[in-house]
Amino acid sequence: MTTAPPEAAAVVAQPMRDAFTDTVTAALETDPRLAVVLADISADRFTEAARRHPDRVLNLGIREQLMIGVAGGLALTGMRPVAHTFAPFLVERPFEQVKLDLVHQGAGAVLVSSGASYDGAHYGRTHMAPGDVALLDSLPGWTVHVPGHAAEVAPLLEEALRQDGNVYVRLSERGNAAARPIGPGLQTVRAGSGRSGGVVVAVGPMLDRVLAATEGLDVTVAYAATVRPFDREGLNGLAARAGQADVLVVEPYLEGTSAHEVAAALEDRRHRQRSLGVRRDGEVRGYGTPADHDRAHGLDTAGIAERARAFFLP
Amino acid sequence: MTTAPPLTRYADLPALIGLMTGDEKHQIAAESTREVLWVLYDRVLDVSPETAGDPDRDRFLLSKGHGPMPYYAVLAAKGFLDLATLRRWAGFDSPLGHHPDRVLVPGAEISSGSLGHGLGLGVGTALGLRAQGRTRPRVFVLMGDGELDEGSNHEAIAAAGRLGLDNLTAVVVDNASATHGWPGGIETRFAGEGWQARSAPGRDQSALYDALTAPHSGRPLAVVARVRPKG
Repeated sequence: MTTAPPEAAAVVAQPMRDAFTDTVTAALETDPRLAVVLADISADRFTEAARRHPDRVLNLGIREQLMIGVAGGLALTGMRPVAHTFAPFLVERPFEQVKLDLVHQGAGAVLVSSGASYDGAHYGRTHMAPGDVALLDSLPGWTVHVPGHAAEVAPLLEEALRQDGNVYVRLSERGNAAARPIGPGLQTVRAGSGRSGGVVVAVGPMLDRVLAATEGLDVTVAYAATVRPFDREGLNGLAARAGQADVLVVEPYLEGTSAHEVAAALEDRRHRQRSLGVRRDGEVRGYGTPADHDRAHGLDTAGIAERARAFFLP
Repeated sequence: MTTAPPLTRYADLPALIGLMTGDEKHQIAAESTREVLWVLYDRVLDVSPETAGDPDRDRFLLSKGHGPMPYYAVLAAKGFLDLATLRRWAGFDSPLGHHPDRVLVPGAEISSGSLGHGLGLGVGTALGLRAQGRTRPRVFVLMGDGELDEGSNHEAIAAAGRLGLDNLTAVVVDNASATHGWPGGIETRFAGEGWQARSAPGRDQSALYDALTAPHSGRPLAVVARVRPKG
């Protein structure tokens, strides 16, 4: 059997950082509990909000350890802190503060990153954090949102602001052509038949590429804008209705980040699973564009299609 | 059942520590923090077991979480902990371990142990109180001179000074344990960043009280409490 290579899906520019600043700026007007903690990045977007709320829009300068410590301290006084910078400086650099000043204190904050895995491709490795979700996965209790469209940001963020727990919102400037229902659980976008090869879970910005890459394959495609807590029950149900309980997860961050969740979801079924994501076997020492990095990691439509076919049509 | 008088005085601290160590003649002189802790809880802090959940209470953050026995002893003397709890020190099901856990210890404002976290949390606490218009409560953070090696403190020292956090006091117990020292003195590190800086003999309760209550309008206060060098 031969198949023509699938038509590549366009990756659509997403003004998610604008959606974030608009949502939080509006919420500052109505929620006295809310405080924004910055480390210079995006401070220019909060100039007016800082003028109106100088005690609740706090730019600490380039001090990321302090940013998380301050978020923890604010939460201990009953405030709802939102901390924001690029992903590597939000999660990786102050990781012990995330572990101790938030989780271990029993304090909650909303961490909002931008830059995703390699939106800033031309900046190089220093500005890439494909391991962010895997790192947070080493700590208990996190909710992790990975919106795939700018219009998904506001409802996810507004819900996060109302809670008290720890929430990570992973923004990207790239994503899908249309906003999708955001959950809480897996949302079926394309249902396979009762004899289908299995289930593909597309996380956030990966959906359009997954849909294009699996065109013509009899599989169920489910969308996840929220990956923690992972919808184990939903995935188990989708696998039960598929011809095979085989699951391919396509994530925009480190490959295999959710493999343990899939294993737990399907522990009562004989199954196969495969993970696609940012490769673990070496640094991609390239600059260029995010599309160049998609190709390098096999996360363009062609790379996903090739491996999806190999997995579902062995 | 027990008819013994409650152990609530400074002179009772060795006995309270002895309940943890099983050593009735515990050498309390070994603890560098005992006078600072006592002066804070006995004369400075406006907090009690009854007000431990009051948003307008003073906060004490033990950043230097190592060697917390004097801290637990003071909390017991002030009624936050009972004597039976002290006796269970460091057991699996005890709330009292070698580093305090705020989720487990009544009266503990933060969990600590890894050095260099308390001052950032203290800055955030001070900012949170300010944002809520709570001008009465004060935030005290106890650190060690060795702990100042951690770079995270210097992010917090600089920011607290520039932000003029006058509801924040850092107390640095200096037993000269920092490997490379602080040439020019610890006070200068704070003063250069806009803090009011004081020092006091770390065993002199009256001098400590004066330093801890020194006016510091518009700026945070640092008190360096000098004790005999470790070792």
